[in-house]
Amino acid sequence: MSLNGVRQLVQQDGLGSSIGEGKRRMTMTLRDSMQVVSDPENVDASVYEVFGTMLGVECQGAQSEDPVSAVSSIESVTAVVGFGGILSGACVFSCDAGAAQQIAGLMTGMEFASVDEVVKDGIGEICNMLAGAWKSKVPELSANCGLSVPAVITGCDYDLHVQAPEFKLRHVYQFGEVLFKVMIVCDGLL
Amino acid sequence: MREIRALIVDDSSVMRKIVERSLRQAGVESLVVFEAGSGIDALEVLKARQVDLILSDINMPSMDGLEFVRQLRGQQLAAGVPVVMITTESSEEHVKQAIQAGAMGYIRKPFTADQVKQRVLSLLPAN
Repeated sequence: MSLNGVRQLVQQDGLGSSIGEGKRRMTMTLRDSMQVVSDPENVDASVYEVFGTMLGVECQGAQSEDPVSAVSSIESVTAVVGFGGILSGACVFSCDAGAAQQIAGLMTGMEFASVDEVVKDGIGEICNMLAGAWKSKVPELSANCGLSVPAVITGCDYDLHVQAPEFKLRHVYQFGEVLFKVMIVCDGLL
Repeated sequence: MREIRALIVDDSSVMRKIVERSLRQAGVESLVVFEAGSGIDALEVLKARQVDLILSDINMPSMDGLEFVRQLRGQQLAAGVPVVMITTESSEEHVKQAIQAGAMGYIRKPFTADQVKQRVLSLLPAN
């Protein structure tokens, strides 16, 4: 899946259309703030906030291998929320099917035996909240970067390819036995 | 508190359930919920139903939450009914746009039941 497709969706939706003067003003400052924008601690803080508030669990960073690509024969779930505006790219959330069912179970109070529409919906919303929480950590992004609606991909042995990103933050987290991966990919920065 | 009829507008069915649960946890015990997956669906619901409260996401396909509130106010549907936006978008600009469109409150996702209580209960008719 190409991130450009997600970015185009964001732009078509007009999510970046309120940028106006702010966009021009930020042209220099956002790239100047690269250290803040690409600060890995912002990803950690977003994960702890979303999972603590919405699921009531305390996540920790995991030293584990990538929980999805390391087991490519196992069904996995990947949600993508695109960024558009002064930063283009995406927030990507991935986990295996069992983890997705547990996360959706904590969100809804239901039990799931498969990755059904509700599970996909829940994982999409987790990714949406992570993307929103992450961009809210940088005031320029909060105001001038829009989000696409989530896209959710399920299956085995697929790859998400991003050509020459400006930066990529990739972290693996866990709570209990549940492992998941969060990636912030920036493929354009004004 | 008398029965509250709430319309929850979000393209995510999971999030609609979470908002409903938060309302109950916030103390709205007698609650009737109507759901809509987009602004267009929500306008249709409001043509047929009377509600006391509307909670709406912003970022939705078909018709986003801001356009929904603008059309709601423009069409004189649900006149006087408070609208609270519940969304991942949290900048001052987004809050300003929501208020200008006709929203009376704003809650950022992720949210707690306490935040729902603080921002929503004061808008309900019993208060």
